[in-house]
Amino acid sequence: MRQPYVLAAIFLTVAAGVAAQEKPIPLKDAPGRATAENLCSGCHSLDYIRINAPFMNRQTWTAEVNKMVQAFGAPIQMNDANAIIDYLAVNYGPPQ
Amino acid sequence: MAGLPSGAYETATLEPLQGKKPLIKLTTRPPNYETPLSYFTSGITPNDAFFVRYHLSTIPRVDAANWKLDVGGEGTATPYMLSFNQLQTDFEQVEIAAVCQCAGNRRGLSDPHVPGVQWGPGAMGNAVWHGPRLKDVLARAGLQRDVVEIVVDGADGAPLTGTPDFVKCIPLTKALEDSTIIAHRMNGDALPHYNGFPARLILPGWTGTYWMKHLTSIRAATKPYDGFWMRGAYRIPNNMFPVVQRFLSQETDVNTPITEIMVNSLIAAPTEGQRFQMGQMIDVQGVAWDGGYGITRVDVSADGAATWRPATLGPDGGRFAFRTWSYRFAADSRGNRRIMARASNRIGQSQVDALIFNPAGYHNNVSRPTTIVIA
Repeated sequence: MRQPYVLAAIFLTVAAGVAAQEKPIPLKDAPGRATAENLCSGCHSLDYIRINAPFMNRQTWTAEVNKMVQAFGAPIQMNDANAIIDYLAVNYGPPQ
Repeated sequence: MAGLPSGAYETATLEPLQGKKPLIKLTTRPPNYETPLSYFTSGITPNDAFFVRYHLSTIPRVDAANWKLDVGGEGTATPYMLSFNQLQTDFEQVEIAAVCQCAGNRRGLSDPHVPGVQWGPGAMGNAVWHGPRLKDVLARAGLQRDVVEIVVDGADGAPLTGTPDFVKCIPLTKALEDSTIIAHRMNGDALPHYNGFPARLILPGWTGTYWMKHLTSIRAATKPYDGFWMRGAYRIPNNMFPVVQRFLSQETDVNTPITEIMVNSLIAAPTEGQRFQMGQMIDVQGVAWDGGYGITRVDVSADGAATWRPATLGPDGGRFAFRTWSYRFAADSRGNRRIMARASNRIGQSQVDALIFNPAGYHNNVSRPTTIVIA
């Protein structure tokens, strides 16, 4: 069922509220972590990232982030998307 | 469960969800929780242990007193609204045991791994579902002759307006089958919130993606529905699997919606790594199921697929239900023993020996070994 439109700023506040009730799912501390946590956790818990590691690589993480933006309408700017892809590929990809 | 991505082991832990026994938590929001293996020694999966699967994270608590089901669409002459009370009293009520299996069950065991919820083998359950036939509910709306599909929607949605709502369609022929019902009871009780309270679609033989939870609307469509969750997800390459019931109005030149469940079995006991003493009797137990043709035999190997012996089948709960089976043998040599099961159905299909790889990790019905230790 359709939900009413929510502005991005309000959406992030709401998301933070939802996330606050959740058991925290820490991601690896590295550059890009805050961007990934803030923007991904708006729609889903961060365990989605952890369960899909480490078999995903830069190519498949790129496809996944693009899917979130293009198919699922995530309000993520290009520079943030690139930061998230870098973070995921480095920290949740195959061992370097 | 060996074979999952290593990240899944770090985060997939037994966690409670309201109204549920501890289940294997894959993701918390939206909730995706798997039934632990130990429940599959039984042919009926308890409501409070039944797996939970959502795509979108806004899941309202539905008040049955105010719930309405919208039955209509361009292919109906007399659209109408149905209350929860009417759903239970206006139509003949039927009962059917059927396996609800997530299309992605065992995705986490794909080799190579593929993105998605990394399910082990427990994204499934068998329950006795109770409610009116979909065809009777549709008939009251005056179905027109040009209807091709029935489009169903539920109360769950996404936090963002740009996310495609989870909407599915089914072919008219499947919608009109006697076994297709709208369930408002599950194993004799109300549906748990996380399994679709107050009513969900039951499509015996077909994968869970069509079993719309928290049903809110049923629309008869005269043209194929083209939403994301039909065209962009839940698809398998054409001609890859031995599918009998296809979904022709949604098929393209390259792929087709996943439909029927493939014949499969599961060893619930003994468990991986379980230890036995020499001379001890070992009882192998599990379930077998398929897309509704009926399980005719389960063969068990206690020596890593070198030799196979028929298992004893349990009571027949109907062609869409889990069929329990058991096999007993004596621990007669020390060391590791690989136990395997292979189910076959009435139309001659059997489980496969090697994975049929596909990009979404569907239809994994490989016979998997459970290794025990005899000391």
